[in-house]
Amino acid sequence: MTTAAITGNKVYGIGAQFPNTAALLHAAEKIRDAGYKKWDVFSPFPVHGMDAAMGLGNSKVSVLSLIGGITGLLTAFLLQVIPSVFLYPMVVAGKPFLSLPAFFPIMFELTILFCAFATVFGMLGINRLPRLNHPSFNWDLLQKSTDDGFFVVIEAEDTNFSESATRDLLQTLCASDITVINHDDEA
Amino acid sequence: MSQETLTKGDPEIEDSVIRVPLVLNNRKYNWVTEKICGIVEGGTPLWWWIAFIPSALLASVSMFTIGYLISTGVGVWGLNHPVGWAWDITNFVFWIGIGHAGTLISAILFLTRQKWRTSINRAAEAMTLFAVMCAGIFPAVHVGRVWMAWYLAPIPNSNAIWPNFRSPLLWDVFAVSTYFTVSVLFWYVGLIPDLATLRDRATNKFRKMAYGIAAMGWRGANRHWHNYEKAYLVLAGISTPLVLSVHTVVSMDFATSVIPGWHTTIFPPYFVAGAIFGGFAMVLTLMLPARALYGLHDVITPKHIDNMAKIILLTGTIVGYAYTMEFFIAWYSGNFFEQYAFFNRATGVYWWAYLAMMSCNVLSPQLFWFKACRHNVYVVFAVCMFVNAGMWFERFVIIVTSLHRDFLPSSWGYFSPTWVDIWTFLSTFGIFLSLFLLFVRFLPMIAISEVKGVLPESDPHSPLHHSETGHQDHGKEAH
Repeated sequence: MTTAAITGNKVYGIGAQFPNTAALLHAAEKIRDAGYKKWDVFSPFPVHGMDAAMGLGNSKVSVLSLIGGITGLLTAFLLQVIPSVFLYPMVVAGKPFLSLPAFFPIMFELTILFCAFATVFGMLGINRLPRLNHPSFNWDLLQKSTDDGFFVVIEAEDTNFSESATRDLLQTLCASDITVINHDDEA
Repeated sequence: MSQETLTKGDPEIEDSVIRVPLVLNNRKYNWVTEKICGIVEGGTPLWWWIAFIPSALLASVSMFTIGYLISTGVGVWGLNHPVGWAWDITNFVFWIGIGHAGTLISAILFLTRQKWRTSINRAAEAMTLFAVMCAGIFPAVHVGRVWMAWYLAPIPNSNAIWPNFRSPLLWDVFAVSTYFTVSVLFWYVGLIPDLATLRDRATNKFRKMAYGIAAMGWRGANRHWHNYEKAYLVLAGISTPLVLSVHTVVSMDFATSVIPGWHTTIFPPYFVAGAIFGGFAMVLTLMLPARALYGLHDVITPKHIDNMAKIILLTGTIVGYAYTMEFFIAWYSGNFFEQYAFFNRATGVYWWAYLAMMSCNVLSPQLFWFKACRHNVYVVFAVCMFVNAGMWFERFVIIVTSLHRDFLPSSWGYFSPTWVDIWTFLSTFGIFLSLFLLFVRFLPMIAISEVKGVLPESDPHSPLHHSETGHQDHGKEAH
């Protein structure tokens, strides 16, 4: 067990490593059941069933996707109807000015385009990315979460957090490398 | 029983009943990281330079041919009445078709839960982007007065002129640019976790900063994965109709005209099948050498090649059906001009192009009915080269044979390319290969996090974990 503080003074949270996805999933369920709210699990790939194990609800990204898609549809509709009917009405191939079937392909394409932008930037926004630094990066071992490591970090801001009780909980869950992670130095 | 123990059994049962693992030799997470990142982090191999220098030189030819075209006019191409569209649009449709495989692999195979896609999707998506870039060059420069190309965009201007939104050529502008943009987003979202892997492994400050900025602070947190997976699913969901729509709209460039040979309702599905066909051939054309040169045999397994060969066989057969059905409908329509267009297509002055198309696209993939052929990389590679050539001829046949005998026999003609036509086309291969080589050099060519996610041990309910945790019933709580 490691208890050495890393940098700075203020405690950000306690981190622990787990040997595999099964242990990580099990630990997540126990931490969820213990009533923690501000904590996270780190893994090199999304672990199947982890969202339920952490008690996460449905992701809000799809709501933004829908809004983006509808915006794109309306944009394309107006983009085509305003010039074709009002600004520059021209008879082309004997079609009416408001020829909806011919406007459909662009309406479809812009629906997809706006939906994709809303999805990607919405996902980044909800995840509060991009950000160049984060207190959890102060724990060097956590870098393994992009390779082959599985980790849990419980934040000190959580109302249930106490350095000793949280550490004890992690110890009962076959965790290793239990470490106190500090915030960056204020100075 | 675990997959691991099953696959060690009788080889015959292994082949017929049990799923072959997606990554061979029971590799661990760290092996995947080391293998894929090692390609990017290691020194530049000699073969890379041998491939890159000629590609880059070839790419630079485009500067000259396109510069000459723009400064002189489209007359430097072999275009003349009645063939006003020839290699330019042939090349455009050829490249945009190739650009369909990437998004098909990333989107449609994702929705249908084809886990084998993880080994090939990254490179296929990159290939898509580069192919669409090459495709975009041709419509941009073929308009003649290139500096007027902005007229395609619906921008308020002092002449108060607006584009014709009822034209498939304008739909094409929107379809192709949307396709490119969404493909870039999809590709980049997939790259983020792998860029974070490269950031965390970086040994010098420059790499750390470059990959760090590109990874946008990704740290593998599940609260992020949670939204990331939803975003990926939505992107796959919207890209599926998108990929089908792009070549549909491309086919409408022809199908909405009144030219015999173009004016057919079979075009949208026929073009989409052809695009997937040609795209998979190009994916294999690039991946087979990359697999051999980088020793990726455990990640891109015979199973992957076998699956792609089967898709080529399927789509090649659909394309063959479309060729035949076009002839049947021409006869069945009772329309003299339609019948002439198709008879002339197969037996007229361009018979050689038709023969090349039929033999490359319809006959050569039939080899893939045989497992021995699907499992022989040399045969697969040879068939893919035939398909690459055949798909170019298909577009040439559709475009040029339909135009060269128009309604007025006195204006009938024969198209011959000039050196500018030929070198512009060849130079796009230089652009395509240069970009792909840069991609394999600087970015992970295989989706690291996705491949880890399909390893047997990634499943928290895998029997592999039971001995280690001594806890078996946690799965019931999660579901």
